[in-house]
Amino acid sequence: MAEDILDQITNEEYKYGFTTDIETDVLPKGLSEDIIRLISAKKHEPEWLLQFRLKAYRHWLTQEMPRWAHLDIPPIDYQDIIYYAAPRKNAPQSLDEVDPELLKTFDKLGIPLEEQKTLSGMAVDAVMDSVSVKTTFKDTLAELGIIFCSFSEAVEHHPDLVQKYLGSVVPYTDNFFATLNSAVFSDGSFVYIPKGVRCPMELSTYFRINAMNTGQFERTLIVADEDSYVSYLEGCTAPMRDENQLHAAIVEIVVMKNAEVKYSTVQNWYPGDKDGKGGIYNFVTKRGICKGDNARLSWTQVETGSAITWKYPSCILQGDNSSAEFYSVAVTNNYQQADTGTKMIHLGRNTRSRILSKGISAGRSQNSYRGLVRVNKNAEGARNFSQCDSLLLGDRCGAHTFPYMDVHNDTAVVEHEATTSKISEDQIFYCNQRGISTEDAVGLIVNGYAKEVINKLPMEFAVEAQKLLQITLEGSVG
Amino acid sequence: MKELLTITDLHASINGKEILKGLSLRVNEGEVHAIMGPNGAGKSTLASVLTGRDGYVVTGGSATFRGKDLLALPPEDRAREGVFLSFQYPVEIPGVSMVNFMRTAVNEQRKYRNLEPLSATDFLRMMREKKELVEMDNKLTNRSVNEGFSGGEKKRNEIFQMAMLEPRLAILDETDSGLDIDALRIVAGGVNKLKRPDNASIVITHYQRLLDYIVPDFVHVLYDGRIVKTGGKELALELEEKGYDWLKG
Repeated sequence: MAEDILDQITNEEYKYGFTTDIETDVLPKGLSEDIIRLISAKKHEPEWLLQFRLKAYRHWLTQEMPRWAHLDIPPIDYQDIIYYAAPRKNAPQSLDEVDPELLKTFDKLGIPLEEQKTLSGMAVDAVMDSVSVKTTFKDTLAELGIIFCSFSEAVEHHPDLVQKYLGSVVPYTDNFFATLNSAVFSDGSFVYIPKGVRCPMELSTYFRINAMNTGQFERTLIVADEDSYVSYLEGCTAPMRDENQLHAAIVEIVVMKNAEVKYSTVQNWYPGDKDGKGGIYNFVTKRGICKGDNARLSWTQVETGSAITWKYPSCILQGDNSSAEFYSVAVTNNYQQADTGTKMIHLGRNTRSRILSKGISAGRSQNSYRGLVRVNKNAEGARNFSQCDSLLLGDRCGAHTFPYMDVHNDTAVVEHEATTSKISEDQIFYCNQRGISTEDAVGLIVNGYAKEVINKLPMEFAVEAQKLLQITLEGSVG
Repeated sequence: MKELLTITDLHASINGKEILKGLSLRVNEGEVHAIMGPNGAGKSTLASVLTGRDGYVVTGGSATFRGKDLLALPPEDRAREGVFLSFQYPVEIPGVSMVNFMRTAVNEQRKYRNLEPLSATDFLRMMREKKELVEMDNKLTNRSVNEGFSGGEKKRNEIFQMAMLEPRLAILDETDSGLDIDALRIVAGGVNKLKRPDNASIVITHYQRLLDYIVPDFVHVLYDGRIVKTGGKELALELEEKGYDWLKG
């Protein structure tokens, strides 16, 4: 019975797996100083940014890909990747100028770009391949002094802000993939919330890889000035392709005194087919800093896609009394691999962090939680609570937990709890006996298991995430 | 009397070991049947086979429920046809609220019968009524399915679910085990209140005690995979007095 059901999952289609036929402006494959100069020139970047890229590139040449994660990463030929691809009609000033094919694409994905049709309370920046296509509600937000635009526009119109904060949380030397991103990043979103402003709507960026053989290297920078608040959502999908595509993004968040940032992700990159062919390599560096006192940052992620995920949204708690949260649901099925978790670095006094990680593994997938809690010697009264739960479906998958604790202050309290469970035949039969099919039973149980995290997502996202969990795991029981 | 369930010469095994060895039983609408017998006689196996639990293999015979071949249906369809099992050991399902669980179950069963799903209001009203019927505490239905319930609470929750799903045939598998006398009275009271002319129940029990509260029309003695004796409610008392050994010969 378990066998049959495990076989059934494999028939589940990835519903975002279409491609869009639009004219694309692409640079030749491969990576070199010339390519980087070309990217920079295409984007009319100032000299300092070109120098930032070149410094990163030269550093990258000295680096090797990290091998410490519990992942089996096939060799990646970095010269076989296109580092820049852009829909040909660039930088539209109004919706009328956006390629109708592009609009259709985002429409199909359920991403509204027409402002009047937009759900109340959500502004969207849509990024296709290497460029931002359209940012909605820019004017409404500008009245409050909020800047929400593509990264390229930010470089053009707010160079001082970008220069001040770019690389301030994730330096270009940070790690192999972050260094690569720093050299070749193409576009992404930029957010600045001025002092004392509560952003009145959810800000959202939607990432889409379309072009073939193309890597996506987006860069997001969010700065929340003192006493401000913003909630930010990120969604991702890609077409189904046989080859693997590289996605190496950076997200940097700066949270000033008394400010609060909530960052939510629903990651649904193409995971590859049932035999593990194709899929996105999702190697992402996300980090925030609670710079001022009482700053608050929370990461919420629902990770269901990608062939391989390598991702640790982290927080540096520098300001006294600052706090950070990490809520994660990571689902792997078939041959997917995920090594994900967080790092909480306590520097300030009375800093607090909470980690809640829910891993779900099915098929032949491998799902690892990796987390670091570090308390530095001046972090008087720091507190952390971590809970890492794993749920196994079937007996051919793996769940692993790698918690690291590094505590240098005696007054710190660091707690860690971990559980591993399986969906039992008894639970499934109990549901069956009440008239609930096995697939619905798995959905019910998995959503129950992940509820605490899902509840942290903004409403519309939470509903999507629930459906996504059910689709990803449809029928997988052991 | 309208026929509900007819079991004919049923043989079933688990892990290659034959447990049911030619069991026959007929249950009509409006009847209460008690099945008694010593440990290992096949009482729980009968419940598992009828409801389609994985691992039990039917090697012969048949079971017809309201004219349909019950054994050919997947477990969820047997439930949707109106077969309910009150579990001997109800499982916990952490994170899944009773409300969500019951709502899914009720609406899945309605869908099978081509009925519209219940609205939230109607569903909650129904929950309230049925909770009163089985004297179920509000706090229990606000929790996850069976999570942290005491033995008695779990059994009461089974009867509550039975009330919600209104089955045609309820199989109560050792519902009395682990219950104190008050819980027993409440559980039995619930079962009695749910009795209708068009439904029936099979009460599987080890002891006569439960039958003081749920009065059976028939008592069957299951021994070594077969029904070896059938009688009225007085048979239960006789068994209580003499034990099962006198039936061996």
